[in-house]
Amino acid sequence: MVTELVKPENNYQSDFRALQQNHPSVAWVELLRSGAMDRFELLGFPSVNEEEWKYTNLASLVKADFRPVRDDRIPEVDRNEIRRNGYPETADAEIVLINGFLSTHLSSIKALESIVVLDLSSAIRDERYEKIVREYLGRYADYHDNGLTALNTAFINSGVFVLIPKDVKLGVPFQITYLSEPGSTNSVSFPRVLVVAEENSSATVIESYRSIGEGRYLTNAVIEIVLKEGARLEHYRLQRESRGAFHVATTSADLGPMSSYDATSITMGAQLSRHDIRVVMDHEGAECWVDGLYVVGSDQHTDTHSVIDHKKPHCVSHQLYKGILDGKARAVFNGKVFVRPGAQKTDAMQTNKNLLLSNEARVDTKPQLEIFADDVKCAHGAAVGQIDQDELFYLETRGLNPELARNLLTYGFAEEVVAKIKVDTLRSQIDEAVLGHLNARLEV
Amino acid sequence: MLEIRDLHAGIDGNEILKGINLTIKKGEVHAIMGPNGSGKSTLAKVLAGHPAYEVTAGEVLYEGRNLLDLPPDERAREGVFMAFQYPIEVPGVSNAQFLRLAYNEKQKHLGKDELDPLEFKDLLKERAKIVEMDASFMSRSVNEGFSGGEKKRNEILQMAVLEPKLAILDETDSGLDIDALRIVAGGVNQLQNAENAIIVVTHYQRLLNYIVPDYVHVLASGRIAREGGKELALELEEKGYDWIKTTDNKDGGVALAG
Repeated sequence: MVTELVKPENNYQSDFRALQQNHPSVAWVELLRSGAMDRFELLGFPSVNEEEWKYTNLASLVKADFRPVRDDRIPEVDRNEIRRNGYPETADAEIVLINGFLSTHLSSIKALESIVVLDLSSAIRDERYEKIVREYLGRYADYHDNGLTALNTAFINSGVFVLIPKDVKLGVPFQITYLSEPGSTNSVSFPRVLVVAEENSSATVIESYRSIGEGRYLTNAVIEIVLKEGARLEHYRLQRESRGAFHVATTSADLGPMSSYDATSITMGAQLSRHDIRVVMDHEGAECWVDGLYVVGSDQHTDTHSVIDHKKPHCVSHQLYKGILDGKARAVFNGKVFVRPGAQKTDAMQTNKNLLLSNEARVDTKPQLEIFADDVKCAHGAAVGQIDQDELFYLETRGLNPELARNLLTYGFAEEVVAKIKVDTLRSQIDEAVLGHLNARLEV
Repeated sequence: MLEIRDLHAGIDGNEILKGINLTIKKGEVHAIMGPNGSGKSTLAKVLAGHPAYEVTAGEVLYEGRNLLDLPPDERAREGVFMAFQYPIEVPGVSNAQFLRLAYNEKQKHLGKDELDPLEFKDLLKERAKIVEMDASFMSRSVNEGFSGGEKKRNEILQMAVLEPKLAILDETDSGLDIDALRIVAGGVNQLQNAENAIIVVTHYQRLLNYIVPDYVHVLASGRIAREGGKELALELEEKGYDWIKTTDNKDGGVALAG
């Protein structure tokens, strides 16, 4: 008998074959999936030897032997339970995925008649949208260098396709809720979303990641966003997975001429999380905000890698990431801003600020500017600090006990990011969540 | 209300206050004057409980209790207030949020009713008139982007909300133009009554034209070099601080020359 040493990622090979058998797709998707699987086989999971993964060790994720959730094992979920956690603003504009599979039963899209919302697997076969899906799916979330994105791409099946047609101004925000129900086994889900905003359309999307029940699981999500000329998208991303979760995700946005992309990522959950966000400005006159807030404690680990790529002149980018760390938490921020040759009149501003609430928390921050044009306005900076003693004393002299004073200052630190959230109930929820994370009681 | 006995204090091992004695009764306004480096701001900070300053000798009794035993927040809830020379900016926290929090902490401490946001808004609106501040300041972050004058007015607004028994105004006149000075001083005068006491720490006599002290104490080299009524401030203004030359006598006290 011959025993063979198998690499851990080979477990995915059999699951991939099962997917091909049970969920055959159209030829180009089959090709995309197998190409991505081959790529994953070659790349494997990222390791700390790679520069981009220096501070985030996926060894325990690799060892955990996560198995893809099959769609015949989708658990029953009470719709009321979902609405309880929803925002009044998105009551009739919520798309729900469970373990990566779109649930029409749990979704409610009555308020979304002016746009197109489809299961990705249907959109692929829908003659009205097949062309556009084919053009953009897998185009911006590059899987050639990233094993995790490759794996998600290999398992493209269900998911969400959103098309905001030309000139449509969507009056309500729409929400994509990613629910994980880990069940009894270590499961992995591969949520996949494609959002295309056509010329001069505008919309607001809230992505919300959370889980039902405890248990170890992996979310490996990819969302691709395409903004055509003059399109505007406000994008909130809220990651509040359970502490048993590993969360890796890629956001790729391609900005058309004069388009505007305003992203705010709030990270609070998961044992280990990694978010790669890439915004490509390959047309003149585009503007983006790539902001975020991470609030982590105990032994949580969170990593944000961001790339803002100025390829054409007259584009503006703003980036503000703030972090609050307690316990033995660790955070990584790596933000690259590229200004390519010829991208004159670029205006790029990048800031990462971190507040450490304990002596054992740690941040590795690396803002990077790479400029290959000479007529640009660029600035960047990073800071890691603790609560300012003068500020603390000031609040104490007004009768606030030291704990309350600390909490108020921490809350104030987060507000710079939170205050920009334009969806009211989302903003108050984040306010409360920040305070909850600090075990603080503060009416705001 | 306040009794300071032979207070010695300093920072980083340097003694700045070298034996201060001062008694303040309710209803009184005291001015502490002195040249730069004489220790007047240190005295204010020590009374408020700044952690960087170390008291090496002496005692401070506040309403019969040892003030120095209390942490700064408890001093505040017991009615001690210091208006900062350089008020701190607190980004992300609105003036209204902050003031209500501070107000309610004190109410709780005194066993009185707390106010909800709406009730507090009414109180704040009324108190804001004292320093002629309009509603837009209430929703702005504490002191963030405020001009020098606005910050000082905001300090007096905090005083108006917290209604301290003992208010210490640390160089509240510094950086104020004449209009702002009038507003700030007018606010303090409205808040002054027979039940509270006010210590005005200032370099210049100017402020004392508006807030008229009952007593003036002049500090030099960490000791009270001269004491008198309000006319002492005028005399100082005329002759300058050089007029007060201090020499240590053999009792460790201070003798005045000139």
